[in-house]
Amino acid sequence: MPKDHGIGASSKRREDVRFLTGEGVYTDDMALHGQTYAVFVRSTVAHGRIKSINTKAAASMPGVLAVFTGEDFKDVGGNPAGWLIKSRNGEPMREPKRPVLAHGKVRHVGDVYAAVVAETYQQAKDAAQQLADDTVIEELPAIIDMAKALADSSNRVHDEIPDNQCYDWGWIEDNRAAVDAAFKSAPHVTTLELVNNRLVPNAMEPRASIGEYFPGTGDYKLTTTSQNPHLTRLLVAAFVLGIPENKLTVVAPDVGGGFGSKIYHYGEEALVLAASKLLGRPVRWTAERSESFLSDAHGRDHVTKIELACDKEGNFLAFRTETMANVGAYLSNFATVTPTFLHGTLMAGPYKVPHVYVNVKTVFTNTAPVDAYRGAGRPEATYSLERVIDKMCRELGLDPFEVRRKNFITTDMFPYTTPVALVYDTGNYHATLDKAMVMADVAGFAKRRAESAKRGKLRGMGLSTWIEACGIAPSHLVGILGSRVGLYDAATVRVNATGNISVMVGAHSHGQGHETVFAQIVADKLGIPESSVAIVHGDTSKIPFGMGSYGSRSLAVCGVAMTKAVDKIIAKGKKIAAHMLEAPEGDITFADGKFSVAGTDKAKTFGEIAFSAYVPHNYPLETLEPGLEETAFYDPANFTYPAGAYICEVEVDEGTGKVDVVAFHCADDFGNVMNPMIVEGQVHGGVGQGIGQALLESTTYDENGQLLTGSYMDYAMPRADDVPFYNVDYSCQTACTHNPLGVKGCGEAGAIGSPPAVVNAVLDALNAGGYKVDHIDMPVSPGRVWQAMNG
Amino acid sequence: MHNFDFVKPSSIAEAAKLLGQDGAQPLSGGQTLMPTMKQRLAAPSVLVSLTGIDEMKGVCMGDGGLHVGAATAHAVVAKDAAKHYPALAALAGGIGDPAVRSRGTIGGSIANNDPSACYPAGVLGSGSTVVTNKRKIAADDYFQGMFTTALEEGEFVTGVTFPIPAKAAYVKFNQPASRFALTGVFVAKFKSGVRVAVTGASNNGVFRWAEGEAALSKSFSADAVKGLAVDDSDMISDLHGTAAYRANLVRVLTGRAVTAAG
Amino acid sequence: MTKVSMTVNGKAVSGEVEGRTLLSAFLREGLGLTGTHVGCDTSQCGACVVHVDGKPVKSCTIFALDVAGAQVKTIEGMANPDGSLGVLQQAFQDHHGLQCGFCTPGMVMSSAALLVENPKPTEAEVRHYLEGNICRCTGYHNIVKAVLSASGQTVAAE
Repeated sequence: MPKDHGIGASSKRREDVRFLTGEGVYTDDMALHGQTYAVFVRSTVAHGRIKSINTKAAASMPGVLAVFTGEDFKDVGGNPAGWLIKSRNGEPMREPKRPVLAHGKVRHVGDVYAAVVAETYQQAKDAAQQLADDTVIEELPAIIDMAKALADSSNRVHDEIPDNQCYDWGWIEDNRAAVDAAFKSAPHVTTLELVNNRLVPNAMEPRASIGEYFPGTGDYKLTTTSQNPHLTRLLVAAFVLGIPENKLTVVAPDVGGGFGSKIYHYGEEALVLAASKLLGRPVRWTAERSESFLSDAHGRDHVTKIELACDKEGNFLAFRTETMANVGAYLSNFATVTPTFLHGTLMAGPYKVPHVYVNVKTVFTNTAPVDAYRGAGRPEATYSLERVIDKMCRELGLDPFEVRRKNFITTDMFPYTTPVALVYDTGNYHATLDKAMVMADVAGFAKRRAESAKRGKLRGMGLSTWIEACGIAPSHLVGILGSRVGLYDAATVRVNATGNISVMVGAHSHGQGHETVFAQIVADKLGIPESSVAIVHGDTSKIPFGMGSYGSRSLAVCGVAMTKAVDKIIAKGKKIAAHMLEAPEGDITFADGKFSVAGTDKAKTFGEIAFSAYVPHNYPLETLEPGLEETAFYDPANFTYPAGAYICEVEVDEGTGKVDVVAFHCADDFGNVMNPMIVEGQVHGGVGQGIGQALLESTTYDENGQLLTGSYMDYAMPRADDVPFYNVDYSCQTACTHNPLGVKGCGEAGAIGSPPAVVNAVLDALNAGGYKVDHIDMPVSPGRVWQAMNG
Repeated sequence: MHNFDFVKPSSIAEAAKLLGQDGAQPLSGGQTLMPTMKQRLAAPSVLVSLTGIDEMKGVCMGDGGLHVGAATAHAVVAKDAAKHYPALAALAGGIGDPAVRSRGTIGGSIANNDPSACYPAGVLGSGSTVVTNKRKIAADDYFQGMFTTALEEGEFVTGVTFPIPAKAAYVKFNQPASRFALTGVFVAKFKSGVRVAVTGASNNGVFRWAEGEAALSKSFSADAVKGLAVDDSDMISDLHGTAAYRANLVRVLTGRAVTAAG
Repeated sequence: MTKVSMTVNGKAVSGEVEGRTLLSAFLREGLGLTGTHVGCDTSQCGACVVHVDGKPVKSCTIFALDVAGAQVKTIEGMANPDGSLGVLQQAFQDHHGLQCGFCTPGMVMSSAALLVENPKPTEAEVRHYLEGNICRCTGYHNIVKAVLSASGQTVAAE
């Protein structure tokens, strides 16, 4: 019987009621007394020198309250990179300042160089247009292509960085000679050059921020679309504006999706705060979708050459990768870690390959900044590996299922240290592959292919066996690797006097359903109804200092902090119960919401203990503080390692090149599962995005740096009729060995595992149909497929 | 968007008068014009909504075929034209999405003459007559290239009359992002011959595929166009497809439209 | 400014608007009905779908003045009279048809329009009807399930 409450139950989401009735409160839904409107002036050229900005006309337009340019912010701090990466030669990365408003130069289409605040949105918009008309920018040649950017020192995104390179990173540099030697002596080498296409995250709620300043106290408040309000507070207060942290509250209310793009601090947030102080009135801004396309941090954008060395039976001997990763015009907060430690450390996959080396050159270009997007580095690693393995199987005539199977790390090998320095704690890759093959009825594929052929369609099946490292992250480890922050999380469990509970968590829910799942866990552990637990998140004035939600970390890090706080509550409850029941503390047990003296029928309910803590009349005040509230910080001992096997079936229309995904099967190992319904939903969403990357989504800049795909008219978002029902299973569970919940994280899985499964399926269809095609870059659009078929 | 005066006349005569003013622009369903205005690429001083004019709404059979009022929404054509001209109804039912079809109108579509809109293919492929507040214009004369029509200053479409072919079908291949036609082909078989109108493919907007028409007039079968070459010299090449790809789609979709027409 | 009057969720309302005021802006800023969301500027995403005289429309692509006198229904008008979730809303919750909630009002309004036009749609019909509503969270799986379920059909998908 499936559980109907607590851990493991598919409890319905409590947050849904407000979203389904229009009662959700997103940033743009808030109306504030005396509010004013900011509009940003964005560069229409990719690269240029600002010669002059004449603010006079704009400043005197109706309703205009203030005009800002880069000059106003040149003396405050820049938006920093969160990780310091070192090059192979030991030099630190190049780290140009990222100002609130561009100063001196504009570096990508959409780069903000001025802002207007006015009484109404339309007035601000009119004045922004005027300001743009009154600005002289000398256009410089745009730097778009990464290889050219590295080769040409005469044209620089940042004048102080001659070759436009942020760093040249090797992982692990000491492995290189052994890897090269393995390739030299290998019986077979498969080489594949591929592009991991740049994506625009496209959370459906555009970014929005409201700045408020309270002159009476000197306090600031920023309401913003953030996945991590404390991190945003730290960045905007300590690094950019120099506001004391304790004078700034950051609130991330209901947030309409993030997928990475709302992790980062953006200049617009700093501007609305600074403007609100100047004007003494709230200053609000909501991005138009066209601004989101131009200025949200994009994802992926790797150009990679991957090589696989193996024997003739397909046993892997070595992997070698050379990647150019685009960071765009400025370093967004996680931009430097995404193509390095979130990518290179995954380049062994779930395989017992002895030698792996990864080289990543990260390049500045005149494009929007690129940073972590759902999966972040791990989809890039998985795509490279699973594509080159597929190509090798075709070259050697080997069965792709069997090749994976013979190369998997086996269950007796854990903990397993990979050649790229991760320690996988547990897993069972054979189990998920076996499961996926049953789900997909691999044996029946030939029959389905024949049936498709009758309808004039080429059918193909593609496999991807993926692994990721998430539950980000052990602070001591990331500190060694260059992180400038810790990656613990925190929770406070406050038992109220009447026995119900408020839990303040550092994680932020922008679709993940924390309000429901976290309550399930607390209720389960305390033996009380879920409805007695309220989850509070998103407001730095209420919650402990946590690092927010990304990297599939909410449950595996913050959720664990929460359970540790609950453990402290139970421990204190036992002390109180021992006093009230006049028994030794060691004799008190806690189960089903009751503190009992072992072996007797003497007991106190959780509610009685809570009441006693707040009305401490019969209470050990000499040795125990009153109250029942505990905070725990949790710093994980290791990453978690979800893994799985995905099988995709497609049909290809030979006439048009259109690919239809007709079946998608996912067998995942997420460790223990807290709410199956929500886990399934996370996988669905990730796979949907992965199919989007594989077939539809292209972020295309022309040679002048104009974004050709700057709206939904040209950027193809997956729609309901682009995708099938997904067949999802999470029954292969190897519990994470180093956190008490045994959870691994499921948020990014779908987006990591799915793109290569789709592309492999397309290539299977084409090759089986007689078209000798080695590779098609994503998005595998109808035009590209047709081109591949028609040479 | 820039501000303007909004007026909503209830007769053609009144609309004609209002559109005679400087800076006046007609608004039909607004499904294309409004996004354009949001980008400040269009800035009328007076916007004359045509959707309140009853004499420009509805679908009826009459002399010369099926008459569709210019202010008739796609959803209404999809439903009400189904028994008279199923191919046209199906075309209307495939434009945009349901919310767009609630508002978008045939008059707005062909007045704009977007090179990837569906209606121009149906209107041209049917050999229809475009009726304006001033005159009647044969479809062959009406469409004059991308975003260009025979409409003069102050002139607006009040309806379209479709002769009913013996067989017809429209098949489109969606541009994956906008869901407009990357290429769409309307095939209509009349006693006098076959008309093939293509949208989405050409730099010159909707056009008739002469070679296809000739081949299909001889033999109305998908096989008749299978080996035909399609000249791609004037075809659109963009990130969604090369000219050669679109030329291929013209041939493939024409064959499929013939099959669909039965 | 011009006065505009209409009926929203069964209540007569009026307000002062400009020619360029969009229905979405009138609902959100004029009436405080912020359940209707705006997710794009090209009439593609569908987060703003409401019903005007029973038909689904994108409220960001219709001027408030063009709706004068009309019956408008928004997500705020979809619950049962006693405040409990309507059948379709309840199906979205039961089947986890929403995550971040931002596209949800438009999804519900479009789906409601579908079920009026076609009370027993097939899976393919549901997917096709929702092509003008973009969701980035759910991969659409549970939205389609919810709509099929609300139509009283058993859902084949897992």
